[in-house]
Amino acid sequence: MAPHSIIKDRFRENRILQSRIIIALAVMTLLLMLLLARMTYLQVYGYQHYSHLSQQNRVRLAPAPPTRGLIYDRNGVLLAENRPAFRLVVTPEQVPDLDETLKRLEGLVTLRETDLERFHESVGHSRRFQEIPLKLQLTDEEVARLAVNRHRFPGVEVKAHLMRHYPFGDLTSHLVGYVGRIDKNELRRVDAANYRGTSHFGKTGIERHYEQTLHGQAGVERLETNARGRILRSLSREAPVPGKDLYLTVDIGLQRVADEALGEEAGAVVALDPGTGEVLALVSKPTFDPNQFVNGISIDAYRALRSAPFQPLFNRVLRGQYPPGSTIKPFIALAGLETNTITPEKSVFCPGYYRLPNDNHRYRCWKRVGHGPLDLKQAIAQSCDVYFYDLAYNTGIKAINETLAPFGFGRPTGIDMPGELPGVLPSKEWKRRAKGESWYHGETVITGIGQGFFLTTPLQLAQATADLARSGTRIQPHLLDRMGTSAGTEPVAREPKTPIQIKREADWELIRDTMVEVVHGKRGTARSIAPEDYRIAGKTGTAQVFGLPKDEEEQLDEEELERKLRDHALFLAFAPAEDPQIAVAVVVEHGGSGSATAAPVTKTVIDAYLRGGNRDDS
Amino acid sequence: MILNGDDNGVAPRQMGSLQRRLHLDGVLLGALVLIAGLGLVVLYSAFGANMEAVQRQLTRLAVAFAAMLVVAQLSPQALRRWAPWLYIVGLAMLVAVVFFGVSGGGAQRWLNLGVARFQPSELMKVALPMMLAYFLADGALPPRWRRLGLSVVMIAVPAALIGQQPDLGTAVIVAASGFFVLFLAGLPWRLLIGTAIAAGPAAAVLWFYFMHDYQRQRVLTFLNPERDPLGAGYHIIQSKIAIGSGGVYGKGFLNGTQAQLEFLPERHTDFIFAVLSEEFGLVGVGVLLCLYAVVVARGAFIAARAQDTFSRLLAGSIAMTFFVYVFVNVGMVTGLLPVVGLPLPLVSYGGTFVVTMMIGFGMLMSIHTHRRLWTS
Repeated sequence: MAPHSIIKDRFRENRILQSRIIIALAVMTLLLMLLLARMTYLQVYGYQHYSHLSQQNRVRLAPAPPTRGLIYDRNGVLLAENRPAFRLVVTPEQVPDLDETLKRLEGLVTLRETDLERFHESVGHSRRFQEIPLKLQLTDEEVARLAVNRHRFPGVEVKAHLMRHYPFGDLTSHLVGYVGRIDKNELRRVDAANYRGTSHFGKTGIERHYEQTLHGQAGVERLETNARGRILRSLSREAPVPGKDLYLTVDIGLQRVADEALGEEAGAVVALDPGTGEVLALVSKPTFDPNQFVNGISIDAYRALRSAPFQPLFNRVLRGQYPPGSTIKPFIALAGLETNTITPEKSVFCPGYYRLPNDNHRYRCWKRVGHGPLDLKQAIAQSCDVYFYDLAYNTGIKAINETLAPFGFGRPTGIDMPGELPGVLPSKEWKRRAKGESWYHGETVITGIGQGFFLTTPLQLAQATADLARSGTRIQPHLLDRMGTSAGTEPVAREPKTPIQIKREADWELIRDTMVEVVHGKRGTARSIAPEDYRIAGKTGTAQVFGLPKDEEEQLDEEELERKLRDHALFLAFAPAEDPQIAVAVVVEHGGSGSATAAPVTKTVIDAYLRGGNRDDS
Repeated sequence: MILNGDDNGVAPRQMGSLQRRLHLDGVLLGALVLIAGLGLVVLYSAFGANMEAVQRQLTRLAVAFAAMLVVAQLSPQALRRWAPWLYIVGLAMLVAVVFFGVSGGGAQRWLNLGVARFQPSELMKVALPMMLAYFLADGALPPRWRRLGLSVVMIAVPAALIGQQPDLGTAVIVAASGFFVLFLAGLPWRLLIGTAIAAGPAAAVLWFYFMHDYQRQRVLTFLNPERDPLGAGYHIIQSKIAIGSGGVYGKGFLNGTQAQLEFLPERHTDFIFAVLSEEFGLVGVGVLLCLYAVVVARGAFIAARAQDTFSRLLAGSIAMTFFVYVFVNVGMVTGLLPVVGLPLPLVSYGGTFVVTMMIGFGMLMSIHTHRRLWTS
């Protein structure tokens, strides 16, 4: 480029810049004039009007928050209620000596350091005639003591408000969830106008999923104040619309049975009505008391919960992803029948191990000495691994995936609860996407016994069991049965899902028979739980635990370590086998074998449901 | 050759030489100090005659003016050299916020740097106009399509990252500061008008296909505050009463009933302009707006007198961005614009953004006081 053109460019650039600055200045001047015109309009023309309004400005608007809807079980047993609670408030203006009063109050109620700090901070920010909360939750005893000594404390009052309470405590924590103080992030997700004055928000479970329904519509109260801003009286009130009450599908009696059956073990129990998709019981253990979250849990208590063994805050039903182990075998068998890889009569010899062609690696059967020759029924009843290694290898991962996917494996079930995890239904495509690696034959082999990459949640297992029980008719598992007010309730309609199609309808019956054999057969792995008056179809499973994170391993003593390295026990079942009323999936973490620990839990739950005993309707 | 102000042998006056030695611009500094002073007076009233809060704010202002002084010592050439690095660092930190950011108050805006928490979006307010000025000054003006396209990407990426935190107010300010550089550099008019026309249908698509119901409700409340009489609507009603009842001469210092009786919400932050209007009337408002006008005009003058394209673009953008703060805040308090949470510069209570703003003025002073000798 010649210097000539650079100079020319420079002139041009200068011209553009100068003209643009002038345009900008002109626009800004115009906008400034606009502001001045607006100010003149308000302050000169509007002066009379606004001055009058300012003198009359005696009306304050206060939000009237709605009452939160209640939550009941299917029989109308209250699971979440609004209880009157009492808080201590102080009006500084009416207190002769604030420090002295606080000192004397400490003799009657326990005041935490944080309570006092918050109180003093509020005193600095508020007007002297406003009430300031000193303590949010008074015990009954404290309320009584304050009532007796009331005359000694002018300006100190006990005020009532409603507080969420969960009467069943830790029994419903993973089901109903809990509310807590609303935070800014949650306010951003909702219509802020409706939540002004609302202090609590559903944090987990049903409380979270149906937050909007439970919350209701806020109202407005108009308050008259004097010229100094003191509230004189309420002028009018646009009443809030209370939130709707929810009736869940869960039976709290059965919930308790399931909870007690699991005892002190960590694990999960889900029971469904296969005909309707109603969740009858949903238990995850260990658990925690949801009531401590309502008014803000202390940091120490929260830390204790977070670091407690087996993570009580973790909802295993929705978020626990376990290898299905042998419980997957009936589904693998169906894949084999669909692809004509096997016939029910075809026999396989189990020598105690399985070898792929041209490979020396031995895939062991759980029974080291081998089962000998087995047909399909016995292979499932005795849970022979070799049979299913061979079956999976011959069926291929693609066909297995295609048969299992319609049962909902690898996808969230879509239940009306937040935070559900999808699990993993392995396939070549999945592995390439998730790990960037190609698929090996050995991985198909172990998929046959529900190991390897396969992960399912207890809820998915229960759903698949229900699908099997109802010959492929599917319905959305759900927790909300009906909702409404004290005036009446309306049921919530559920659309059925696309049914599962298989080539021979008779195969449903065939698979169910093999599962009956598991419980009622002479050699069935769960024969110890067989009831006499009805028939259960079930399948045991054991999921291997390979190891623990290093830091966790170091924290545990030897006995605990031994427990934590034990396999997870699984059992899924439905009953009665001829006309399924209930489908159950149970996971007992580190329970050893499915037949020993998970099956008896399942039996207890089914018994309680079918015999109608052990109901707790209090 | 670059000469410092004290080497050019002009201005024998004591004040003038001290100013030059410190690389300060008297007019700009004077106007800023007066605004900050008036701000402290109003703040004292807005806090209900609370001296403590005023002292806290005074400390922040001191830090901010010190930051301005430091930046003024740097030469525009240094600013230019640093521009791309600051931008890259800022962008990297914004991305880091997405992955490792600390949440606070519902938004994820902060990075934990061990010693302190840092808000990368504040850095971007400074770094983006610098980067664009650097980038556009490097080529011929007005920029061609390729440069225009790249500039839009440079603006859109940080603005989107800040917008999703979510911090819409800052995202808009950052985008505006970048847009002003483009505008000054000669963004073609037909493009400007074309974009404005295309915005309508784009908004409609967004509304019908991409927004959640609660988001639509928020937009409705935003456009029509009366929908939420306890929230934004209440703010505007009370704010208008405060301003209007102030009249020409105001109700007098500490006598504003709207402010003192706490009818006026957010009175020490976003709505502080209403306190000034109520207590000092149209006269007080006129004084403050004139002072703001002096700052903006001086900024534009500095931009016009600057010796290289980078300095001009940067100085012009800083002055215009400052004006946007004033216009949007006053517009919202007087009910001309919807309520967005932008503070009134140097008057509203708060620290971080004052420091960022004064760093910008430090750059203006640097640009004005480091001019080459041969033009003077």
